[in-house]
Amino acid sequence: MRFLYKTDYDQDIRLAKHGGHRFWYTLLMTALLLAPWLMSSYLLDQLVVIGIYSIAGLGLMLLCGYTGLVSLGHAAFLGVGAYTEAVLAARGWPFPLSMSAAVLLSGLTGIIVGLPALRVKGIYLVIATVAFGAIVEEVLARWESVTAGNAGLMVKPAQWLGFKFTGESFYYLTLALVVLCTLAVLNLLRSPTGRALVAIRDSEVSAQSMGIHLAKYKTLSFALSAAFTGLAGGLYAHKLRFLSPEQFTVLQSIELLMMVFIGGLGSIHGVFFGATLLILLPQAIAVAKDFLPPAIGGAAGLQAVVFGAIIIGFVLFEPLGLYGRWTKIRTYLQTFPFYRKGTFKREKSFQKSERYR
Amino acid sequence: MQFLQVLIGGISQGFIYGLIALGFVLIYKATEAVNFAQGELLMLGAFCGLALAGFFGLPYWVALVLAVAILFCFGFLTEALVLRPVLGQPAFAMIMVTIGIGFVARGLVTMIPGIGTDTHALEAPFRGEVIDLRGLVIGVEHLVIIAASVLVCGLLFVMFRHTRIGIAMQAVSQNQLAAYYMGIPVKRLNGLVWATSAAVAGLAGMLLAPLAFVHVNMGFIALKAFPAAVIGGFESLPGAILGGLIIGVVEALAGFYLPEGFKDIAAYVVVLVMLVVRPNGLFGQTIRKRV
Amino acid sequence: MSAADAILQVESLSVSFGGVKAVDGVGFAVRPGEVFTLIGPNGAGKTTVFNLISRIYGVGAGRIVFDGKDITRLPAHRIASLGIARTFQNIELFEHATVLQNLLIGRHVHRRTSLWEEMLFLPKVRECEIDFRAQVERVIDLLDLQHYRDAHVSGLPYGVRKVVELGRALAMRPKLLLMDEPSSGLNVEETEDMGFWIEDIVQDLGITVVMVEHDMSLVSRVSHRVLAMNQGTVLTIGSAQEVASHPAVIEAYLGKAARA
Repeated sequence: MRFLYKTDYDQDIRLAKHGGHRFWYTLLMTALLLAPWLMSSYLLDQLVVIGIYSIAGLGLMLLCGYTGLVSLGHAAFLGVGAYTEAVLAARGWPFPLSMSAAVLLSGLTGIIVGLPALRVKGIYLVIATVAFGAIVEEVLARWESVTAGNAGLMVKPAQWLGFKFTGESFYYLTLALVVLCTLAVLNLLRSPTGRALVAIRDSEVSAQSMGIHLAKYKTLSFALSAAFTGLAGGLYAHKLRFLSPEQFTVLQSIELLMMVFIGGLGSIHGVFFGATLLILLPQAIAVAKDFLPPAIGGAAGLQAVVFGAIIIGFVLFEPLGLYGRWTKIRTYLQTFPFYRKGTFKREKSFQKSERYR
Repeated sequence: MQFLQVLIGGISQGFIYGLIALGFVLIYKATEAVNFAQGELLMLGAFCGLALAGFFGLPYWVALVLAVAILFCFGFLTEALVLRPVLGQPAFAMIMVTIGIGFVARGLVTMIPGIGTDTHALEAPFRGEVIDLRGLVIGVEHLVIIAASVLVCGLLFVMFRHTRIGIAMQAVSQNQLAAYYMGIPVKRLNGLVWATSAAVAGLAGMLLAPLAFVHVNMGFIALKAFPAAVIGGFESLPGAILGGLIIGVVEALAGFYLPEGFKDIAAYVVVLVMLVVRPNGLFGQTIRKRV
Repeated sequence: MSAADAILQVESLSVSFGGVKAVDGVGFAVRPGEVFTLIGPNGAGKTTVFNLISRIYGVGAGRIVFDGKDITRLPAHRIASLGIARTFQNIELFEHATVLQNLLIGRHVHRRTSLWEEMLFLPKVRECEIDFRAQVERVIDLLDLQHYRDAHVSGLPYGVRKVVELGRALAMRPKLLLMDEPSSGLNVEETEDMGFWIEDIVQDLGITVVMVEHDMSLVSRVSHRVLAMNQGTVLTIGSAQEVASHPAVIEAYLGKAARA
């Protein structure tokens, strides 16, 4: 058991709260930096995709997990970022500039999508985001002069000052962006803006009474969320090297939402757990197929069934997500052998109308 | 003249959306949950009917009744096994679980050897028949759908407003604990609600099947029925039908008069406009928390 | 009392909800540094008056002047920056946060950092955070919340939550504190503590308190002046004894026959 003796406010404000944190995260960073030497290029590829989805997940977590605004249209921001980056890179824009434009345009789209959010709550907001997502997808498909529509768009590798980011260099680029984005979000969450977002999630009325301008912060949350997802989109474009509007449908939005939910809503760790699960699950299924009878293993719908079953399983048995489960395991190990089964027991709650929030 | 024909086509399509939207609104009114698996339930109903009609050779109407009954039981079972433990958690959890159910349903049907991945036609006695009114053509299938929608809507409306069960359902949706205290059999009611909604979805699937063919992705039409429910105000049954009509007509007109692509997004544009103008839909109520 | 003396002046305030006049021509003035209590039977419109002052509801007619400034049409989120804080009848805490975070949110109006500075966590942000924290610690000291500092609000007992809500309002360093039924749900000891805190707040922190209250012992103990309301109108204003013995007030609470 670790008892923290606090003598300084800094200890509460710091990101790494104690020696244990510092140790493990340093180890993690070292492992990630040495990854190209430790892993096959295939696994490195997977790590890159996990990184890209993590950045998108950070955006969605900020909106859903911390501000409480559920969005089923985030694939739209991914698409806007991806296509902006692809189109500008094809026109020869330098990488930092085209990425900044992708982020800005996504952020702008986020503000537009967020406008209904100011008046609209709950399920109505979800439908509004679905609607926006569908419209953006259609725009991407129809605006053929720019996006090449349904035929698809080839994307050049990311390059800057003559240097091409592929393979290992792209991995380090992604890693750097992941670290920067994570730090930005963590910093945001430990400062007044982050707390304001949480306040909006928990009680809009008292947030207003505390001086929090709802419209401003909701719009801000949408804009930031879209911007992060747009950044992920830009990287996504360069990773996949080929874009088509079908990659940004509502199913993609559902996958993103699934990712943050299963990872653990309301935590940053959850983003990474969720992204890892989302990317590695299809691989695991592919491996498991060999062990299953052909009738089951060879069928096309297996992945959907597994995804669905996992979602249902988590909602029923672990609504706190993977991070929640990890917290329970960690608490068990830390307080061994004094762990009490009731520590995380969910209080039996009855459904209360959410319309009266 | 052509305008009228387009209009009729739109109205017909609108009633389809409305019938599916009824399922959404029914569940929301009674449990405040949103069922993202409604489309998949529709698809299951159609496949059940296909199996009954195709495999067992039953006539269409018999297959329809049986499919609706099967879906009723399926809805009841699903509620008991999967949805009941989720009550008490925030609405978001219900959204996720129904999405999960949808995934599982779609995946399982796809896995059925041979049938899952194909598109099938379902024979119906009125398939292909039309009624000709002085040049305006209406498919009999559409008329059946319209009749069914109006009937189901009427029955549900009367149930909610004038029967004890309906009022009890609304009570459960507003404050479950108080409902328990009042002696309302909450679990049984919830099961009934989900069973009925599944049955409505199954009916929609069976009625849609002769028109749209039976395939595993036919449930995606529910994505357009959602805006219909929202436009009407998620708590209003007639609103769902009205919302469906609005979307159907706008879609048909957009498809006819506007360039390509506008038809697909017409539903979404309409719902966004509605949310800006009336954030709670046409018949929805603005409810404000008392602090 | 002239308008210049009053920190809060409410004139002919009225609002209707769907045909029901919830508040009808309510007017009063609150002196700086006093404890002004609104009493009245349930449904009298006391909390509605609070909601009008906090601008959660829109004003139908009338004027609200705070510290010389007309706030009748201000949006709700601008009230806090003027120095008005409030607690709610049914506790409106941020359930998924710790007590400390709740109190820190109370400091929001004193925020001096921009979004970019926060995302980069510049030294200025760190300084502000430490300053916020120091201020919040003073409130924790005053209200004896040390044990609960890092506890999640959702697991706290009712009495502690009421105190946390008070703390959150105090963290704002307001000039005026609107307290809605501070003693409801509290036992005798907790109510006494609440009374002591109200006295401390007024005397040591110089905050003016306007409260809605039903517990007449608390009212007579801490209030300087009391206003009695019934069915949206003002019955009388005076000291606690004067109001409690006023015939209209007795009739409102107990009915006509009790007057005899």
